[in-house]
Parts: sequence; C-alpha cells; structure tokens
Amino acid sequence: MALSRSRTALALVLAATIAFPFLAEAAGGGYYVGLMTRVMIYALAATSLNLVLGYGGMISFGHAAFFGAGAYAVAILAQEGVTSVWVAWPMAIAAGAALALVIGAISLRTRGLYFIMITLAFAQMLYYFFVSLKAYGGEDGINLVVRSRLPGLDLRDETTFYLLVLALLAGCLYLLGRLAASRFGAVLRGIRENEARMTALGYPTYRYRLACFTIAGGAAGLAGALIVNQHGFVSPGLLDWTQSGTLLIMLILGGVGWLYGGVAGAAAMLLLEEVLSLWTGYWKLGLGLVLLFVVLRAPGGVGSWFARGNARG
Amino acid sequence: MSALLLLEQGLNGLQFGLMLFLLAAGLTLVFGIMDMVNLAHGSLYMIGAYLMATLAQATGSFWIALPLAMAATAAVGMALEAGLLRRLYERDHLSQVLATFALILIANDLVRMIWGPQALLLDAPRALAGTIEIIPGAPYPAFRAFIIGVGLAVAAALYWMIVHTRVGALVRAGASNREMALALGVNVKRLFTLVFGLGAALCALAGAMLGPLLAVQIGMGESILIQAFVVVVIGGIGSIRGALVGALLVGMLDTIGRAFLPVLLRGFLSNNIADALGPTLAAMAVYILMAAVLYWKPTGLFAARG
Repeated sequence: MALSRSRTALALVLAATIAFPFLAEAAGGGYYVGLMTRVMIYALAATSLNLVLGYGGMISFGHAAFFGAGAYAVAILAQEGVTSVWVAWPMAIAAGAALALVIGAISLRTRGLYFIMITLAFAQMLYYFFVSLKAYGGEDGINLVVRSRLPGLDLRDETTFYLLVLALLAGCLYLLGRLAASRFGAVLRGIRENEARMTALGYPTYRYRLACFTIAGGAAGLAGALIVNQHGFVSPGLLDWTQSGTLLIMLILGGVGWLYGGVAGAAAMLLLEEVLSLWTGYWKLGLGLVLLFVVLRAPGGVGSWFARGNARG
Repeated sequence: MSALLLLEQGLNGLQFGLMLFLLAAGLTLVFGIMDMVNLAHGSLYMIGAYLMATLAQATGSFWIALPLAMAATAAVGMALEAGLLRRLYERDHLSQVLATFALILIANDLVRMIWGPQALLLDAPRALAGTIEIIPGAPYPAFRAFIIGVGLAVAAALYWMIVHTRVGALVRAGASNREMALALGVNVKRLFTLVFGLGAALCALAGAMLGPLLAVQIGMGESILIQAFVVVVIGGIGSIRGALVGALLVGMLDTIGRAFLPVLLRGFLSNNIADALGPTLAAMAVYILMAAVLYWKPTGLFAARG
C-alpha cells in the first residue's frame, strides 16, 4: 500500500515538473523556469553528496571542489573552442571523478573530524588554484563563451534546457536508487554502520569507500557542467568553502540518506531564499533561523516529516 | 638587503602566526573538550572587532576599549554557549556544522543590521603609530611589534594556565578523556562555559589587533576561520601546544611563501612559469602542508587524545 502510494506521488511530482515550464511560460513566468532549473542543478549536486554522506557515511566538507571543477572544465573547453555536449560534459564528469579519486585516495586514510577538515583543505587548494589561474580569469572567473551544443536541441531555450536538466536529474536519481539497492550499496551501508566488522568479513572497505567517493565526484562534475551553462559564468566563488557548506546544509535540510533528500533540501533552501529575499534584504537571517529550528526541532530534515506522515498513514 | 627583507617577512609571519594562535587556541579547546565543530568561532572574531571599533570610537581610547570589547565578546560567547551551543554537544558533527553555519548567516546579517554594510575603521593607538628599530637600520612598524609581544604574552599565559592551574588541569582532563573527567565529578557545565568565554575573549583580542591592519567588515571571520581550523588540525585537536606550533608554521609558511616562493622558483624554472606558479603554490602551501601532515600523522602533530 505504502509503496504504491509513494509511486503515485512520484508520478504526480514528475508529471508536474514536466508540465511546469509550459505552464510558467504560458502564464508569463519565464523567470521561474530558470529558478527551477537552478533548483534541479543544485538538487543533483546535493544528491551526489548524499551518496558520499548518506550512503557512505563520509562527511565531506569539500564537495564544491568537484562541482566547481566540472563547471571550469566546460568553461575552459568552450574558450578553447570545444562546445559539444558529447565532449564537454563527459570531460566535466571525468574532471570531477578524477579529482575525487585523488582527493579521496589521500583523505580516506583519516577519520571523523580530520576527514571533514582534510576534504576542506583540498577544496581550498583548488579554490586558490583557480584564483591564481590568470589564463582563465583568475579571481574574476570566466564567462562561458557559448552554451554547450547538442545536435537537434537548442539548449539556449530555457524550457529545453530545463527538460534536459530534469531528465539528467531523474536519471541520476534512478541510478542512485539502483546503486543503493545493489550489493555495492549494501556493502557501503555495512561500512557506514560498522567498518571493523566489514573488514573482518573480508571486504576491501577502503576501495569501496573510494569508489563511492569517485562516483559522487563525477556526478557533482556533471552538476557543475549544468550550472555553468545556466549562469553562463563561473568564478572561484563556486568552489568557496561556504558552497560546500551550502550543499551539506541542503542535504541535511532534506534528509541525509533519503534518496530524495538532496532534491527536497535544494528545493526547500533555494525557494526559501527566494521567498525571504522578496520580503527583506536580511534573508540570510531568516534562513539561519529556519536552519537552527530544523537542527533543534526536526533533526531528520524535511524528509523525516514525510516519513512520519507515511508511518501514520 | 635580502637578509633584512627576510627578517621583516619573518617577523610578519610570526605576527600573523601569533594572531592565528589566538583564534586557534579557543577553537582547539572547544573542539577537543566539547568535541564540537564550531564554525561560528569566526563570527565571534568579527563581533569582537566590531565591538572594538565601536568602543574605541566611543571612548576615544584604544586602551580603554580593548578590555571592554574582550569582556563584551566573552559575554556574547558565554550567552551563546549557555543558550544554544550547549544543546549541540551530544549531537553528531553534522548537526553542529549545520547549526553553527546557521549562526554565521545570522551573525553576518545582524552585524549588517546594526552597523551597516560599510567597513569600519579601527586606528592603531597613537603611541604605536611609528616604527621601531629592532636591529639598527631596519625599521619595523611599532604596532606590529606590539602585536608580536601581545601574542607571545598570551601564549605564555595560556601555557601557564593549562600546565599550572586547577582550571588548566580540568581542561587537559576534559580534552584527553571527557567521559572520565565527567565521571570524576568535574563540573563540566561551568568549565565549558568558561572555556567558551575565554575563547571568545581571545577572538576579540585578535580582532582588536588585526582590525587596524585588515578591514573590519562583514565576512572577515570566514577566511581566517578556515586558516584557524587548518592550524587546529595540524597541531592536533585539543592541544594548545599543537595550536601554537601549527599557528607559527602556518603563519610563517603563508607569509614567507608569498614573499619568496616566486623568486625562489626562478632559480629552477623559466621566469614565466615561475611567475605563474609561485603565487599559486604560495596560496596553496598551507593546505598542502595540512594534507601532508594528516597523511603521515592522521591525528595531527600533538594529538591530545591518547
């Protein structure tokens, strides 16, 4: 019963998100198509963090590095004349994954607070690397000369781009769901709960965690490729530690370890930001108060409210 | 000439390192004793600097304002601890990150509400406006020399407090084994609040010292917070001695690296590459050091927990 109900809900949400840009354009709210695209891109980034944190149990405080690396990969390639989606976006994924592989290989030797801090350190290194990369804008960042090109689709059209982002997000969520349900996902959860036992059972836990970290880095790289296409611009600010913090917060807000936690959190946070900034210039104050309330009163995130509702129903 | 430059940059590095130590000392104690990630430590530094600038303006004297600002910031810190952060000690690190990140957002907007978006001016005391000659023929700004003196004095006082007083013994006990300290009947609630107040006062001191050199502005706590975290992690969480060593390492490496790395690289590489690579490496050096330390000593140089 619960399963079929959640399936119906999922189908309804999907139908609504597909219909949204057409309705918004018809109602003259084209601005909101862009806003929702941004929400979905951040949802993808937060979802990739969810794989690391929610399923792998690793508190990475440097996830913006992979997000930013993907964005820079696309922008740099475009400046060098490579604008095809088929080349640029896989390169963005590869950049995120390769970085995650290297950073993870070193960071995963540490535990707990030290892991939080070493991932942060690597993200800061990358931040300063791009700040001093004068050939590609340095501190000021670079403009994306032209949006990535996909034969047959005009990505400059907001609705087309929105639908493509939606398709990618849905695809990634599907893959994440499959991954979580697979043997790989089960091993990851086992490591999260009790690594010593998994080691004793003969699992190469380090390699499993590294694989998880690398996959997530690749997904974050894809999100980066999308965000640079939407903003038409990337600067080191995208790799700032507060960005990593924002991604973490989205995920915690949405519900760590819940498949849709990243989506719920990104939507909740960005829409809250939007609504609050309509009322007041001090929207960060409001956002901060909401976050504090969530920590103290709803530690499981927005998702836990749904879960509780389901349990009752 | 080059030796004088090296001396001057060395002193700058020492001065920056000691200021980082003021921030890292409070951070490492909170980290080590309460097992708490406090991202809002940088906000206390910002609040301290703003209070200092305001009080210096109101009283017309740097010297009257300094103790007032430290006391006021300590009060803010203790109120924050007693009212909110205390509830987070038992929670996981993620909740602590979220809550204290929220505090950063709140503090930044509150400061903007109260003081406005413009940066404030904080002048160095007039008596220290000139230069002094540590070595004949090498003038050095008197205020920077004063900062070094203050930093060394605080380091010595903290060391004495940790090693020779009862409070220090409790702090050490709490950092190395919190449960045991609890079981032995230490009044941890009061100890925690006290430690937090001390950390906040040191933040205000650092804010007052750095205010005249850097700008007193919103967000000033964020970049230095990360550097303070680097110091804490290099030194080993919970260790004051580690914080001092880490702070000096980071301060020196950062300052000397920025000044000399490009020149040094020219010895090995072509000028073009050296000029491009030097500043990049210098900016990354601190984080490379941290990653290297954690790679070989995953709990820092002086781990407090055995």
